[in-house]
Parts: sequence; structure tokens; C-alpha cells
Amino acid sequence: MQRRNTQVEMPKQDPKERIRNFNEVAKGYTSEMAVEEAHRCLNCKNPQCRKGCPVEIDIPAFIKLIKEKKFGEAIRKIKEKNALPAICGRVCPQEEQCQKFCVLGLKGESVAIGRLERFAADFERENGIINVEKYGSDGGRVAVIGSGPASLTVAAELAKLGHRVEVFESLHTAGGVLMYGIPEFRLPKAIVQSEVEYVKKLGVLFHLDATIGKLTTIRELFESGFDAVFIGSGAGLPSFLQIPGENLNGVYSANEFLIRTNLMKAYLFPRYDTPIKVGKIVAVVGGGNVAMDAARSALRLGAEKVYIIYRRSKEELPARLEEVENAEEEGIIFMLLTNPIRFIGDERGNLKVMECIKMELGEPDESGRRRPVPIKGSEFKMDVDTAIIAIGQTPNPLIQRSTEGLKTTKWNTIIVEEETCQTSIEGVYAGGDVVSGAATVISAMGAGKKAAKAIHEFVMKKRLKSGT
Amino acid sequence: MYRIVEKIKLTPTDKMLVIEAPEAARKAKPGQFAVLRISEKGERIPITIAGVDPDKGTVVIVFAEVGKTSKDLGKLGVGDYILNFAAPLGNPLNIKNYGTVLCVGGGVFVGALLFLIKALRQAGNEIVTIIGARNSEHLIFLDDAEKLSDELYISTDDGSRGYKGLEFLKELLNKRKFDHVFTIGSTSMQRLVSELTHPYSIPTTVNLFPIMVDATGMCGACRVIVGGATKFACVDGPDFDGHKVDFDQLISRMRFYNPQEKIAMVYHYKEVA
Repeated sequence: MQRRNTQVEMPKQDPKERIRNFNEVAKGYTSEMAVEEAHRCLNCKNPQCRKGCPVEIDIPAFIKLIKEKKFGEAIRKIKEKNALPAICGRVCPQEEQCQKFCVLGLKGESVAIGRLERFAADFERENGIINVEKYGSDGGRVAVIGSGPASLTVAAELAKLGHRVEVFESLHTAGGVLMYGIPEFRLPKAIVQSEVEYVKKLGVLFHLDATIGKLTTIRELFESGFDAVFIGSGAGLPSFLQIPGENLNGVYSANEFLIRTNLMKAYLFPRYDTPIKVGKIVAVVGGGNVAMDAARSALRLGAEKVYIIYRRSKEELPARLEEVENAEEEGIIFMLLTNPIRFIGDERGNLKVMECIKMELGEPDESGRRRPVPIKGSEFKMDVDTAIIAIGQTPNPLIQRSTEGLKTTKWNTIIVEEETCQTSIEGVYAGGDVVSGAATVISAMGAGKKAAKAIHEFVMKKRLKSGT
Repeated sequence: MYRIVEKIKLTPTDKMLVIEAPEAARKAKPGQFAVLRISEKGERIPITIAGVDPDKGTVVIVFAEVGKTSKDLGKLGVGDYILNFAAPLGNPLNIKNYGTVLCVGGGVFVGALLFLIKALRQAGNEIVTIIGARNSEHLIFLDDAEKLSDELYISTDDGSRGYKGLEFLKELLNKRKFDHVFTIGSTSMQRLVSELTHPYSIPTTVNLFPIMVDATGMCGACRVIVGGATKFACVDGPDFDGHKVDFDQLISRMRFYNPQEKIAMVYHYKEVA
């Protein structure tokens, strides 16, 4: 087979079609496409791509198996290191990770590693060949708080090492941000649930409706016989702009907007009970992936015009390039170097107008990005009936408040030892967004891997000491 | 899944359910609430906890059938299951010996008020209670209120039993000294109580239930302005200083989804038919 210089394109739903439905935008490779793309891999002796993978997947090995059409073996190879490949293949920023280091990328396009990972995972699920090896259960008991990507990784890793793991999730569904945050059209919920099912088959027990900090505390978990606790409760507390009018009707946090849409399936109202109100003109404030998700969801929910309002320039947009392109294709209007300063409502308390100010970029700030500075006298008003604030999330403080001795930063993130993810309390580990602040699915999973290794060592040592 | 072990029809629209939820029963305190979801397609509904039996492992809720979800809930019987019941959520009320405490409850929230009164009594308070409802038909738990209170007043909106409205409260406040007021009921009733106690500077704790979705601090739908600052009722409350709450904003936010609720009801009736 002739080696191509460019990646095999992945088929996508046409933008005109897809803005009217919540079906997945990217359709995935066929086996022919996957094999063709796999042929591009040089199978380097010293593979650079692996350096970019936070969970150290043996990338050349699984690609070689796809090349040889051994798809079942390919997914098993991936699953040696990654319990959630169908998710990572969709939402990892591969261009910043594995693909960034691919030598093909020096002269042309890197191998489309993420698309191949997705293909292998989808092949396994669609053909119903999910293999679950049986593992021993001679380890200890570990409680995992939250059920997002960090927690699912910790749970799966520890179950494979023979520990009895119980997950405590406050919502009614496991999956965390994968269920409530990332939209159906980017990450179908059935896929998340099938990954959760895989973790269950490894022997992990899930407790839903269980809010740690209210129903039980970490101390009580230890008292009830757990050897270690992992906190992977994410960054669930939405930040607001703290400007006048922010509590008007029609001003949402991105979290509320996405929870209603994704977790509660408000796009199917009234067949589903939870409603969502979306106006004709929607302004999404922020420039990250969450902002793109909210904007594209608003469009699908029937908005006529959707703006992204971002205070820096296009270059600084924190969202993945692919997501920005998808949003542009769908007709999202980017208003850059613009910042809201006030929301104005009608006599009934409903949002009508947003006042903004134009910005310019000044000197770099502590984040290394150029600081946006307001331009005097550039204020202007625009009509909007829905505003969605997507400027970030910080950790939910429920666990921190109820756990004495747990050290946190002023942003409520939990302080851990870099190498082990251990917190200030012995036997308590933490990882993912609750430590880093809002970041990516894969970095949470990377932390989960590290924590699982440290927890395993801690529990085994503890059991050795106590002679059990 | 959480089993219903007892169901009592209190009035034509108000019902009480006793639900098996052993862990929640051990933990829940007055002022806290549960979020329930009846079915896969259901919404998450916050509901105040009206009592617990830690030995039996049960939690009591009292509700009025006003919307689609509460009507669905009312149709469930003993032995049926509720799909999700997350409790306890929110902060417990501060139970201590205040001295003389005035407790004002309205409608179905009287259940939650009595849960509070029991705890306040145990802490040594003298309890003066006002129980209110739309009309005499909707007054609930009068006997229990009588037993648990040192003094009991009854009020109805239409005057069909006891005092008409809450105007008489002014007289009561003139007559005697209260160290603290707790109120739980409709937002308009809690607002009125807060306005009436304000001139007397009696600390007044309200219990707010704005629209909530996750009810664990994630969505911010429940934000209320208290003393000029934005608070999340689900994690910062649901109890707040009634003299500092911006009730206009709260009521406006609570009405935001009224049109959708009507659509849900129409859809519900069609489905039933």
C-alpha cells in the first residue's frame, strides 16, 4: 500500500445537517480507512509518540496490529494501559500529545493516532467482543470518590491489581464530566456507559446518589474498613464573571446549561422531564472547550445566532483547534477581544441586553498569555436573550469542607505529592481536576494511573504490616 | 432503588411517603433535603426531609401534587421504588438552645417544620408554633404540632380556620419576646414572616428552594442574593438570614420555567390518556 503524506480524513456529518441533531459529528474510520492510516506509521525503533501519552499506551504496537487487521488484538494492546479508549480516542487533545511527537509530523501530517484508537475501541464494542480478564481479589479495600475519568482509571487499575474497589458518585449516573459535561454529539453517552460497564465487569462496585461530605465522610470510610481513599471529585463549581445582572433569568453557568442538556437530556423535552430555555440570540462567554460545547449545544437547541465572546484573540483560544473549527463550520460567530461588563434585564427579570467592552492585548501575564486590557470608551450593547458563562470551574468544596487536615490551595484544589498523588492525609490520594483545576480527560487519567500505583503500594505495605 | 414502605394521604393533594434509605436516615438532620428522581426520564427534584427513623432506616417526605413529577410521585404506592434518592443534601439548621423560638410553617412544609421543632425542643427551647395553610382542608399534622409546641397558633389564607393570614403575627411580636424565628413554607410566606420580624430585629432563618438541577453545587441554577452576595442555595443554604434575602430576584428566578412546566403537564395528560 502506498504511504500517504496526509492523514486519512475521518467522515463527519455535514454542518447543515448536524446543527439540527445531537448525533455524533465525527463518524469514525471504516476498517479500510483505519488500515490505510495505520500503514502510514513508520513503526519507529525509538517511538517518540509514546512520550506524549500520559498513560503510556504502546502506540506503535497497536497500530501495527491494525495494519495487520488484528483489530481485537489491537484493542487489547491499548487496554493494557488505557481502560477508556473509546473516550480518549474522541476527546484527547492528541495534537498536543502523542501526535505532536510523531516523526511524520516534522515534514507532513502525523499519524492520526487518536482516530485509530477510537476505531479499535469502537470495533470492539460494535462487535461485542469485550474481553474481561479475571483478576484476583487478594488486595485491600479502596474507596474512590467521584466517577469521572480520574476515578474510573483508578478503579480499573486497582481492580486489575486485585483490590476491592467501591466508587461513590453523587449524581444518579456514573461518568462524571463525561456524562454531564461533554455533549452527546462529541461523546455519545452510550459509549461512556459501555466504558463504565467494563469497569463494573472488572469487579468495581458503584454507589450512586452518594455525596461524600454529606452522606459519609472520608473518616467514616476508613472506619468502615477501607484501606485507602482516592478523591477524584473533579472541578464542578462554576465560576461567574461577578458583574451586574448576572443573576437575571437567562444567564446560565455553562455547567447548568450542559447538565440540563447532557445529563438530563433536556433536548428531548417533554419526552424527558427536564426543560431548558434557549433564546434566539445566545452569547457564550469564554474560549475553552466548554464554551465551544455550550455554543454548539445552543445551536442544536434552536438558537438562531450564537456568539462566542472571548477577551483575548483567536490565537489564545484555549479550546482545541478541532473544536474551534467545528464551531466555525457550524456558524458560531466569534467576537474576540471583547468582554462583557453588564447584563441588563426587563421588568420581569429576564435578560435582554449585554453590554461589552473591546479589549486589546498588553504585556504577558503570569499565565504567559498576553493580558487583555479594556479599551476606554469602546463600550457597546448587544441584544441577547441567553448568556452562558463558560469561564472555568473550580473544585466543589464539599469534601474539602468535611475533611479535617486535608490541605488545599486558595482555589480549593487539593495539594498532593507530585509523584504519588498523596494528599496531606495518610492513605488519602487525589487526582484529576480536583488537583489540577479544570484540565483534560487524559491528564486526569494520567493522574489516576499514578495514584493507582501509589495506592497499590500503600495498601500492600499496610496489609503486610498488619499481617492480613 | 429506594422502596416506599408507607404512604399517607394527608389532604386531597398532599401526601406523605416513608422511604427506605438507611444511610440517609442515619445522617439527615432538620433543614436538609433530598433530591429524588422517579424514572429514567425524570427530573431531579429537591424535597425537604420531614423526619427520619435511623433504627428502621427510613426517611419521611411530604409533598403537594402540583407538577408533573409530584403527580407521578403521588401515584406510587407502598412497595414501589423510587429510582434515585440522594440525601442528605444542604446544610443542617443550627440546633441549640436559643430560648424562646417562634416556628412558622406553611403547607406541606409543616412536616419539615415538625422535624425541626423536635430537635429544638430536645435542645431545651420554648416553642411557639404557627401552622398555616390555604384553608382548613390543607392544614396538616395539627395534633403533632399541638403535642410538640408550648403554644400553637393556626392560620389559613381564607380564614376558614384559625387566624386569617399572618397579620396577627404583628400582635404576637408586640406582646412577647422571641429569641429566634424559623420559617419554612412557600417563598411568599417566608418573605412575609421576614418582613414582619425585621422591625423587631429578631434573627429569622428562612429555608429557600429555588430551582435546582444537580443540587450539589455544580449548576448554580439556585443562586440567590443574600446581603448583596450571590449564594448557591444547595450548598451554601438552604437556610439563610431572611432579613438579607433578595426575595424579588428569588421569586423571579423561580418563575422562569413556568411555561415549560405547563408544557410538561399537557404532555403528561396526553401520555396518561
